[in-house]
Amino acid sequence: MPKWITQVGCPYCGSSCDDIEVLVSDDGKKILETRNACVIGNEIFHHVSSPDRPKKPRMRQPDGNFKEITYDEAVDYTAKTLLKSKKPLIYGFGSTNCEGMSAVARVAEKAGAVLDNCASICHGPSFLAIFDNGYPSCTLGEVKNRADVVLFWGCNPMHAHPRHTSRYSIFPRGFFTTKGQMQRTIICIDPRETDTAKLANIHLMIKQGHDYDLFDAFRTVLRGHDIPAEVAGIKKDQILEAVEKIKKGRFVMIFFGMGCCHTDGRNHNVDIAISLTRDINSHTKASIMAMRGHYNIAGPGQVWSWQFGFPYCLDLSKGTHAHMNPGETSSVDLAMRDEVDCFMNVGTDAGAHFPIDAIKHLKKRPFITVDPNICMASEISDLHIPVRVVGVEEPGIVYRMDNVPIQFKKVVDGPEGVPSDEELFDRIYERMCELTETEPIWLPSREHAKAPTAAEQ
Amino acid sequence: MAEILIKNGFVIDPTRNIDGDVADIAIKDDRIAEQVGSGAKVIDARGKVVMAGGVDVHAHVAGPKVNVGRLMRPEDKLFKSPYAQESYRMESGFSIPSTFKTGYDYARMGYAFVMEAAMPPLHSPHVHEEIHDTPIIDQGALPVFANNWFVLEYLKNQEIENSASYVAWLLAATKGYGIKLVNPGGTAAWAWGLNCLTLNDTVPFFDITPAEIITGLMKTNEYLGLPHSIHIHQNSLGTPGNYGVTLDSLRLAEGMKAKNKFSRDTVMHSTHIQFHSYGGDSWGNFESKAREVMDYVNQQKNITVDLGCVTLDETTTMTADGPFEHHLTRLNHLKWANTDVELETAAGVVPYVYDKDIKVCGIQWAIGLELGLYAKDPMRTFITTDHPNAGPFIRYPRIIKWLMSRDAREETLASFKYSSKVIDATNLHAIETERNLYEIAQMTRAGPAKALGLSHMFGGLAPGMEANVVVYDLNYKDMPSDPEMIERAFSRARWFIKSGDIVVKDGDIASHGNKRTFWVNAKVKENPQVIRDIHEKFLKDYTVGLNNYPVWDSLAPNPYVINIDVEA
Repeated sequence: MPKWITQVGCPYCGSSCDDIEVLVSDDGKKILETRNACVIGNEIFHHVSSPDRPKKPRMRQPDGNFKEITYDEAVDYTAKTLLKSKKPLIYGFGSTNCEGMSAVARVAEKAGAVLDNCASICHGPSFLAIFDNGYPSCTLGEVKNRADVVLFWGCNPMHAHPRHTSRYSIFPRGFFTTKGQMQRTIICIDPRETDTAKLANIHLMIKQGHDYDLFDAFRTVLRGHDIPAEVAGIKKDQILEAVEKIKKGRFVMIFFGMGCCHTDGRNHNVDIAISLTRDINSHTKASIMAMRGHYNIAGPGQVWSWQFGFPYCLDLSKGTHAHMNPGETSSVDLAMRDEVDCFMNVGTDAGAHFPIDAIKHLKKRPFITVDPNICMASEISDLHIPVRVVGVEEPGIVYRMDNVPIQFKKVVDGPEGVPSDEELFDRIYERMCELTETEPIWLPSREHAKAPTAAEQ
Repeated sequence: MAEILIKNGFVIDPTRNIDGDVADIAIKDDRIAEQVGSGAKVIDARGKVVMAGGVDVHAHVAGPKVNVGRLMRPEDKLFKSPYAQESYRMESGFSIPSTFKTGYDYARMGYAFVMEAAMPPLHSPHVHEEIHDTPIIDQGALPVFANNWFVLEYLKNQEIENSASYVAWLLAATKGYGIKLVNPGGTAAWAWGLNCLTLNDTVPFFDITPAEIITGLMKTNEYLGLPHSIHIHQNSLGTPGNYGVTLDSLRLAEGMKAKNKFSRDTVMHSTHIQFHSYGGDSWGNFESKAREVMDYVNQQKNITVDLGCVTLDETTTMTADGPFEHHLTRLNHLKWANTDVELETAAGVVPYVYDKDIKVCGIQWAIGLELGLYAKDPMRTFITTDHPNAGPFIRYPRIIKWLMSRDAREETLASFKYSSKVIDATNLHAIETERNLYEIAQMTRAGPAKALGLSHMFGGLAPGMEANVVVYDLNYKDMPSDPEMIERAFSRARWFIKSGDIVVKDGDIASHGNKRTFWVNAKVKENPQVIRDIHEKFLKDYTVGLNNYPVWDSLAPNPYVINIDVEA
């Protein structure tokens, strides 16, 4: 009998929904059906059974074609390449578990690598703002249970985080928000009429690139001063109306996305958004949250902060201590300056996301991809090492966009012989130690993730 | 692990009233033994002090707010991180060190056990991930309860039994050690931007007062017979004139009796009492009320306190007292992080510079030390810095120096820009007391171990106890005239043996030891109402599934579980 497994975590977006139900075949190997997942989440669960999925590492041959090799060969090649490199860059981790991030940190320390994650090209500017101004935030349950004024600034969850609005931010009926959407005022700040903007009570169609001006106008009005007749393409009346709603709110929530941190002003936009949040707290209660993209892209920021003190752009090449200086130690900048002599792309697709010039430089030297799937990066790699899919074939801790840790289950067995990220990186590390004739540094409590399987729970 | 003999040291063990006797300490595997064979490894401790491993009753070393501090303060790393020791992990940070540095630093000081002082239950997997990555030291974590919706509702209706069933469930689900209260009711009010500053302020919506929450959780704690008493961060922290609220809260323990099987005879641990011993009604006439608070603590035998001494450093404040951190950021205008946690708690983080040339900081410094010097019972008064709030834990040796040497205190006091104003507002200048090594051992080892219900394992050197033995470069018979030597000796142990492993040699890390996670499993009779409430709240109000909430065993791979059968 096929069996329904409930409260499964979804390895797609930063909403990290953990209420997915998955119908698993009799032999526990195939996913037949899912409930509750959005279209993209659903696709991820079904994709694991795809016959096209690579199950062996593939090495680029002199003739340009891939040839399947063994995992031992792939581990050996990676270990040797990392040891030989002066400044390897290990980048990615939007889509893997914290166990893998912890294991790769040991490899990076040994290799003297630069360790970076997708925030580098995503919410990196937000980190810069947080370094300067802090981060007054909350968990998503607070939004669900309390928020009566919700701002979406430069983000479009209806597309990017499909269930965000129904689970947390617009529709749900919470403890103090029993009327759900009826009780919430939605304010959307976006130059386009997105599907999120269509849901808003107030849509401020801001002139592109003028976010800072508008934030500034909000703060000015909130502090009781006058503003010009029009700011950032928005009429004064509309701004006054929005600020009045904010002041009257009992719990104001600001969600911001790439439209805020990757338009003109970048980190300064986020900085002033945080200042606005601080200001609102003098009138009522307010919180702010970055709409993190992937289900565990908050994870590397957490894991590497507790291990090295920095969330991203970690330069471990000094060997003695960690160093971070975005702009100097950030992936794209390193690549553009052609400083990287070995590139590892893990659990993401730098091939699709990096500027073409950066990729051209990276391609000059060994280029390795660790990812369950075929993607643009894997196809231009010298070596592609497939791993198990976290959240489907591999359990693990993930951090939701609000930094709440969620323990993701495994629902089916992975393909035979395919390791998890953690296992793979531990093997690479052990091989590096063998090659350098050094003792591996394990903490005594080391143990591979032995999370209960869904069946055991 | 095998046999070790630590020979001829000056042994200081308050649990057996041993004060500087020259004796040998034998270790067999992970325990102190009566004797060992001739093949034992011999450590010569002649002319040195031998104590049990240190026990820290209260430090913020693992979990979400600690990590927010690390994440948002790259400046805490710049030129402040030591170089990695060969064959060990990199170390980062000063006031909020990385997990690796946390483990190594505690070990270098000879500490064996550290209690993480506040675990938000929803984030407990995060806390355990960090504990997992903190080498050498044994750790536990105290989940916060005093603003939790379940607890507020049960206590409003005076349902101690239901409260106890819930607490027992949550301790097991989060692998927690005991009951922590932070700003009872005030943090729940903060979810609406409000606070509870006195014991009788009503919590919005829940219609209960901080006094009722404190009393209710004290009863819950003794109903369950947990190893530790309730551990409370009181209301109105850090405000001039708050000592009245402090005394009112302490008085709630009057008449309460400890009921447990762990030889704990106290019912309330009031933490970082320095922040709660303030007089005056503004920062202008701010003054010490250490004597008033400590006089009460001295006569009320069923409470323990820890000091929370200000160390005059640039540090990072962090607490589940959300409204306080908001107050602080408006005071110093530095960056502010906050996390409100659904149904459970909140937390805030703000950097802070305790500048010796600011009068208020000087007074705070003096208050912490006054409390440590006025204490009549060092077994109930523990040295802490509320790490990292009043200063980083690596400053414990400096506090020991100040407590042991009036000269050292006077030298620091004289270096203040406003030393005469600090002297006027405090009593420290007039205090001549100097603590001795025996009392320091009580305040850092035997005392906290007893308050945590771990006196059978930690804090002493009797045969059968855990083999946590530290050798300091101090001559009991010929103490250095330079107080700096005291600080230096306590900063870097000559030897530290943790559960039978030599983890520190000559001040350097020698092994990753054998760290464990301590948690309490209190078995209560099945309570259908509480089970139903839990299911309902997870269905309706939480955003995480009940099934995914309890911390996996794999996150605490070396657990030490204290099982309690609660009599029905």
